[in-house]
Formats: sequence, structure tokens, C-alpha cells
Amino acid sequence: MAEEKEGGLVFHPLDQFIVEPLFGNGPVHWYTVTNLTVWMVIALAAIVAVFVLGSRGRAVIPTRLQSIGELIYGFIYKMVEDVCGKDGLRYFPYIMTLFLFILFSNYLALIPMSYSPTSMIAVTAILGFGVFFAVTILGFVKNGPAFLGLFWMSDAPAILRPIIAVIEVISYFVRPVSHSIRLAGNIMAGHAVLKVFAGFAALTLVSPVAIFGIVAIYGLEVLVCGIQAYVFTILTCVYLKDALHPAH
Amino acid sequence: MATETTDAAGVCVDAGGSALGMPQLCADWMPNQIFWLLVTLIAIYFVMSRIALPRIGAVLAERSGTITNDIAAAEELKNKAAEAEAAYDQALLDARAEAQKIVAEAKAEIQAELDVELQKADAQIAAKTAESEAAIGEIRAGAVKSVTQVAKDTAKELVAAMGGTADAKTITAAVTARMKG
Repeated sequence: MAEEKEGGLVFHPLDQFIVEPLFGNGPVHWYTVTNLTVWMVIALAAIVAVFVLGSRGRAVIPTRLQSIGELIYGFIYKMVEDVCGKDGLRYFPYIMTLFLFILFSNYLALIPMSYSPTSMIAVTAILGFGVFFAVTILGFVKNGPAFLGLFWMSDAPAILRPIIAVIEVISYFVRPVSHSIRLAGNIMAGHAVLKVFAGFAALTLVSPVAIFGIVAIYGLEVLVCGIQAYVFTILTCVYLKDALHPAH
Repeated sequence: MATETTDAAGVCVDAGGSALGMPQLCADWMPNQIFWLLVTLIAIYFVMSRIALPRIGAVLAERSGTITNDIAAAEELKNKAAEAEAAYDQALLDARAEAQKIVAEAKAEIQAELDVELQKADAQIAAKTAESEAAIGEIRAGAVKSVTQVAKDTAKELVAAMGGTADAKTITAAVTARMKG
């Protein structure tokens, strides 16, 4: 937010990400109800509204809300089935949970004055590393040591195999980092840029340009929110496929 | 600004309420974010896996079942319609054939009657013709006889006028010979 202080414009584009207690002014303990809590609960409420209240009628000919829920259900179901195969469908509820949380948090964060949980690296890191550990453990449980075959390119020339294995191992361990930073970075950058444009809008001279910029960036953010939720989910499916079928 | 400000929201905010550095990297706030994230995820997971997903899955299955049934019923009705159409066409063909047969029969009947009438008419015409011919023949015979008579008489008169005498026999023979020529 830009404030006219004595001396000119001061931008604080990152202030929107500050975690504050909802009640009182005390320190933020792990259990404190904060603005982040509020928006997570709103996301949960929106999900319940679309998926539970929307499908309340169990209508064969769906209402609008019900068909939104069915579209998202069908979209993710088909994604899991296409990427992971039939045996990946057991994990469909988990992937659906991830997708819905990210999708709804992203879009709710586009409401002015709202808070965006998915821009916090701690949140996305938990998601990313959660997927990483779950998939790795699942891979070893399902395949035993054969899971390590993921790193051994049996159809590559023999000399290259150890080198490729090293690269594969590195890329495997980088996965959760890129997975989580991609989401947090995209959302945070978009919101920060919006704030910067909003700060310039206070200057009479450039405010038309700044406001046009806000509209343009907002439109871009609408795309980014959906795409990042999609990317996070489909990468989760790809990693899950590696755990279920590690053979190259 | 001193980073060790402990009042207000915590160490990551300066006295003016602005963030120090990136709020994302403020370690003091992370346990809070992680805790509430886990609470939210677990809540979403239970809502989804216990209520929403089975319900939507059932609705989708029911719908695809209904659609399959409806398509099958439509197929059946279509077959029935095709059958009915075939029957209709057959009936139409039969009726047409029947009509043609009736027309042919009527034609034959009329032809037969016509033939009979024609024959009758022909016979009548033939009878009339024969009668007429007979009458004409009679007339002609009568005429020839009269001519012969007139010729004989004229010849006799001519011979008498010329002063000769001629018996009837000779004159008759001569006239007959001439008339034959």
C-alpha cells in the first residue's frame, strides 16, 4: 500500500502478507486465530458450499452449482486416471483436496482486501514436501527397492547410466522445492505487482496508466491462479505415477 | 528499526506496522500457518472423501446409467418406428397391387363385353350387307333383262322399219351374242 508520507510515495507491497492476530494484538502463537485462518476457513466454507450444498439435491439434471462441482470432479478424476492410471484413482480424494485448497485459496485471494494463504512459502512448502514424502514413502511401500529403478535408465547407454542416475537423484530432490516455490512465487509476485500499480494510482499524472495496469495484471492473475492450481495438481499426479510405476 | 520489537504482531513488523523483509520468511509466523493449513486440509479431506466425492460420484454414475437406458429405449422406439414404416410401405404396395388387379379385371370384363357387342354389330352389318347385295343383284338382273328386252324389241322394230322380216329367234340370238361381247 502506498502512503503519502512527507517526502513522497512509500510502497509497502509486501504488507498485505503480514500475519496478524484476528483478536487482540498479542504475539502470533501456532494456535492463534489470524487473518490467514479466516481466509482458510472461508476457502473451506466455499468448498463446502459448492460441493456439499451444491450437490445436496443429488439431481440427475444438475443445478448450476452442482454442475460446477461435477465439472471440477470430472476434470480432476480424468486427470488422475489419465496420468496415474486406474490404480491411481485410490488417491483421487487426496489430490482433489490439494487441488481444491489451492484453487479456492488462489481465487479467494483475488478479492480485494483478502489474504492469500498460497502466497506463503510455509504453506506451499508443507504442500510440496508433503507430496514429496508421501509419494516417496508410497513408492518404497509399493515397490520396495525396485522404486530406485526410477533413477536407473535401463535403456540408456551403459556409460551414461551412472551420470543420468546422479542427475535424476538431484532432480528428484529438487522437485518439492520447485513444486512449492513455483506456487508461492507466482501468487506472491502477482499480488505484489498489483500493490505496486495500486501505489502508482495515487499519483494523478500516471493514475490512468496505473489503473489500466491493475486491470491487466488482475486479468493475468485470474489466469495464473487457475493455471498454478492445475500445474501443482498435475505435477502431483506425475510424481504419484512415478511412485506407482517407477519403471522407465 | 530494531528487529527485536516484541510488541504488536511480532518481530517481523516494524513500529509503523510495515513488514520487515518478506513476511513469507518470518519464522515466527510459520507454525501458525502450518497448523492452520493442516487443520484446513484435514477438514477439506474429510468433507470431500466422506460427503462430497461419494455423492457426486453416485450422481454421475446414476446419470450415465440413465443416459444409457434412455439411449437404449430410444433405439428400441426407433426400431419400432422402422418396423411400422415397413409395414405401412408393405400395406401401400399391397393396396396398389390390389388396385391394379381390379383395374385389369375391369378392363378385361369391359373388353369381353365390347368384343361380344362388336361381333354382334359385325354380324348385323354383314347380314345387312348381304341383303343389300342381294337386292342390288336383283335390281341388276332386272335391269339386264329389261335392257335385253328393249334391245330385242328395238332390233325387231329396226328390222321391220328397214323392210325386212326377221323372225324373233334370229334377232334374239344376235342380240344375245352382241350383248355378251
